[in-house]
Amino acid sequence: MEDLFTGSVLIGLLASAIRLATPYLYAAIGETFGQRSGVLNLGVDGIMLMGAFSGFYVVFKTGDLVGGVLLAALVGLIMGLAMAFISVTLNAEQGISGIGVYLFGLGMSDLLFQKLINNVQTVSGFPVAPIPVLSKIPVLGPILFTQNALVYGAYILVPIAWFVLNKTTLGLKIKAVGENPEAADTLGVSVSKIRYFTVTLGGMLSGIAGASLSIALLNVFQFNLTNGLGFIAIALVYFGGWRPTWVLLGSLIFSFVNALQIWVQVVGIPIPSDIAVMTPYILTIVVLVLSAQRVRPPSALSKAYERLE
Amino acid sequence: MKKFGKLVVLLVLVAILSTACGGAEPAAPAESTGPFKVAVVTPSAINDLAFSQSMYDALVAIQNEMGKENFEFVVSDSMFVVDDAASAIRDYATQGYNLIVAHGSQYGAALQEIAPDFPETSFAWGTAGDTFGLPNVFAYEAFSQEGGYVSGVLAAALNKSGVIGVVGPVEVGDAKLYVDGFVAGVKAANPDITVNVNYTGSFSDVALASEAAQTHIGAGADVMTGSAQMVVGAVGVAKEKGVLWFGTQADQSSLAPEIVVACQIYDWTVVLRDIISLVKEGTLGGKAYALSLENEGLKMVYNPGFDLPADVKALGDTAVKGIVDGTITIGVGGE
Repeated sequence: MEDLFTGSVLIGLLASAIRLATPYLYAAIGETFGQRSGVLNLGVDGIMLMGAFSGFYVVFKTGDLVGGVLLAALVGLIMGLAMAFISVTLNAEQGISGIGVYLFGLGMSDLLFQKLINNVQTVSGFPVAPIPVLSKIPVLGPILFTQNALVYGAYILVPIAWFVLNKTTLGLKIKAVGENPEAADTLGVSVSKIRYFTVTLGGMLSGIAGASLSIALLNVFQFNLTNGLGFIAIALVYFGGWRPTWVLLGSLIFSFVNALQIWVQVVGIPIPSDIAVMTPYILTIVVLVLSAQRVRPPSALSKAYERLE
Repeated sequence: MKKFGKLVVLLVLVAILSTACGGAEPAAPAESTGPFKVAVVTPSAINDLAFSQSMYDALVAIQNEMGKENFEFVVSDSMFVVDDAASAIRDYATQGYNLIVAHGSQYGAALQEIAPDFPETSFAWGTAGDTFGLPNVFAYEAFSQEGGYVSGVLAAALNKSGVIGVVGPVEVGDAKLYVDGFVAGVKAANPDITVNVNYTGSFSDVALASEAAQTHIGAGADVMTGSAQMVVGAVGVAKEKGVLWFGTQADQSSLAPEIVVACQIYDWTVVLRDIISLVKEGTLGGKAYALSLENEGLKMVYNPGFDLPADVKALGDTAVKGIVDGTITIGVGGE
């Protein structure tokens, strides 16, 4: 009990939070792009499952880690493209089509798993790769620079996403399409092209999010491996007010509290486990409610755009 | 109007997709004569190396005993949505199966409602001890604390660091019994060992189970155990860090042959055999079963790939014997 908050414990908790946040980051950053352009994709979890299975399958059969990530990204991309086709070209109701994509991914990933592998197996996933020099820094070294390649990738993605959204013409177009598609259209921005791009990108990143679970963090595949993690990622996009840096913050808070509640239970602090496991969710809901007044979602979010001809 | 049409198309698409991925395997055509026909609904996948697999393996064993021509079974697995499970149970009942097994304590309320509508069909559900007083319902449970105790005794003997970690799912049913039995076993063997227990609040959260295992190892654990289908995440971490593992529900040695010491397995054939013979004689329910070390529904399976010292294994055998003949009282759950 007395060692609850020693330095090494805190380092362990933070390293744990960094790992736990990884799949959320890939999925939530991808979803941020989609939502910024006005498309709500609720299928994230299903795309993650397909990515998780594809990546796992490649590594299971060949041991090729990079190939696993590439296939996961490709499968995610294709599913993102399908979601874009349904929601942008067909102008379908986004919430319902997203759930359809989710159910498809949930069922299809399990079907493929049953047919191609058929029992729970482990693989050698991405090894922990300490970054030379940086990993020797006290405190920060073991937390930030002693992780695996896909963990680093997730954190590198955040500043890139921030840069694209805030400092490039493409980012400006994405935001314009999400706020006022009619105006953007009048100015010659193709609403459907932009939305196709963001939703497909989101799908690709969701695929990688799944692979980060199946071939980097957990190194197994099982039915419903993500266990609804993709839906938490969507909540984190709202939490972060559609801004990559805040999405990062939200993912880290959620993951840190999750790591903390495990630790609290492990060291035997007498809190009922039901209460402990609720805390990350309660915290997220509280912050969501508080932040709802703070930031406004993209005006055209989840609204299909039809040109008036 | 154009939009409305698209919405309808989409809804139909979603409906098709959601039924297409329901995981149900095609049911054999129903006839009242011929082979004994069993339908099973399970909450997780039948290859989960845990709860659902234990039932699936038992059905395969029974089929091998009785022969394919005399025993047929179908499984709807991954029915974690109770509503879906309920409609599957009702479907099977209308198709004339002799016995329908609702393999999940969460299906109880649904079964209580469905069973009276099909008085000619026999139902079984578990893990539970309650037949609802219905004449066509059997109940079955597992005294998983018994194998938990044995594993605890073994774990204490193999432990060097003074710390053992337990990755629990939800604090209910056979999972809780197992964990409590395990802790009791460790404490009986060596009260000075610290047993850290956490519950993830889910049976299926592999990511959290994995992270919990990391935390246990960080806290000094060199032996771990855990329950439910999510433990594959914890076993993966144990394998990577060279920490010993005790399994339960099904044999998990194949996942990590280097570090799995032993597993308590559930052998439901004991229960199924008795139910089948009763149903054939015309008794459709009313009896509650429990797997135990004594009736050999619970078995300790040692991983042949793990070099367990003979004197340690002897401790396990002594514990099994003590529980069977009643000289050891675990002090957890029913006996």
